[in-house]
Amino acid sequence: MCLAIPSKVIALQGNTATLETLGVQRQASLDLIDEPLEVGDFVLLHVGFVVGKIDTDEALESLKLYAEMIAKMDQDG
Amino acid sequence: MKMADLIDSFRDKHTILALVSQIKKESIGLKTPFKIMEVCGGHTHALMRYGLLNLLQDTPLDFVHGPGCPVCVMPKLRIDEAIALAQMPNTILITLADLMRVPGSKGSLQSLRAQGADVRFAYAPLQALEVAIQNPDKKVVFVAIGFETTTPMTASLLLQAKEKGIKNLFIHNNHVLVPPSVQAVLKNSKIDALIAPSHVSVITGAKIYRPLLDLFKIPIVVAGFEPVDMLDGILRIVRQALKKQTLLEIQYSRAVSFEGNLKAQSLIAETMQVRENFEWRGLGEIPFSAMQMRPEFADFDVEVVFAEFLPKASALEPKNCLCGEILKGLAKPLDCTLFNKACTPSHPVGACMVSAEGACAAYYKYLS
Repeated sequence: MCLAIPSKVIALQGNTATLETLGVQRQASLDLIDEPLEVGDFVLLHVGFVVGKIDTDEALESLKLYAEMIAKMDQDG
Repeated sequence: MKMADLIDSFRDKHTILALVSQIKKESIGLKTPFKIMEVCGGHTHALMRYGLLNLLQDTPLDFVHGPGCPVCVMPKLRIDEAIALAQMPNTILITLADLMRVPGSKGSLQSLRAQGADVRFAYAPLQALEVAIQNPDKKVVFVAIGFETTTPMTASLLLQAKEKGIKNLFIHNNHVLVPPSVQAVLKNSKIDALIAPSHVSVITGAKIYRPLLDLFKIPIVVAGFEPVDMLDGILRIVRQALKKQTLLEIQYSRAVSFEGNLKAQSLIAETMQVRENFEWRGLGEIPFSAMQMRPEFADFDVEVVFAEFLPKASALEPKNCLCGEILKGLAKPLDCTLFNKACTPSHPVGACMVSAEGACAAYYKYLS
């Protein structure tokens, strides 16, 4: 019910976006989004609506921290 | 960054095992059992699906499942109401998710459909608007269900219907709120920390957990649903507990902010208000725990327009079903004598087995 799916913005037309979700293209309403979107952005799709943007910088930052943690463990281990 | 990186990196086996080993190493100093409630059914499924529960079994950590499955917490009366609405003459009833299969006092929406009622399943609330436009001579009832994640979609549906002057669309509003239900559970159970729902928080922001933090003084971490996210969330909880901290942290920072989606919040505020009381399956009546339509939208509200059709009371829950206790964090699916015997996904006795997000459905799917 509350599982939004990460999707990529393929096209924007007025209040609707075309998204690619796990290889499938679908339309989603932009009614719930205030921030500007661009083609290529990653967003969360939930029951036909874009609910939020995925911040790729934040995602990369998290992945960097995990990589550092693993490197440190390998050194210690 | 590619789409695959965005998903696969957060399911990476090497990272999962590294986080597990770190959690094992650090959690030794905690009391046993250290009870972490995963509020949302999505997290329960992540724990089971990726074998995290198994990987963490030699730790003091004990995972308790919370009330965060909107289908599971619907009381029988609301299902009976939906059935009564579907039985009105000249009516099409539309709903999302697994609500179709949840047993009411006398059967489910699905069994009603088998008897010929026009009951339909939708993937998105806006489909109800299309059906209403295509069937101007019918009453179209949308059974709205979900936590804060799905509430703004119903708000958008209402606003679009009003703007288009649609007169034959009606909403059965079952939207419920996470914080009051969690508060009710925390009052009666000894829970040491919370993993807070991620997609609810995309809409509401992490700020809705602030009052819970002030009241119960336990670590609260908003974590994503991927296995790496969840383990990172657990590690953050362990670290807080060892330092005797009680902080509200956002692990899922790539999608969640403290303030949340303000546009979605404003659409909800425009169309709905908090109900004084709502009955939850297993938890009973909880004040200010659900939404209802604002008086300006009364023409769309089944509770106003079709009040005479709605039942006032319903039968008791089935005997021996532990759904209520499971939702309160007091029992686990394997404690239930009906589990995998009288109660299976094809013949569910309680809603926790019906819903794809239910704790019993997760245990059945990944343990059987």
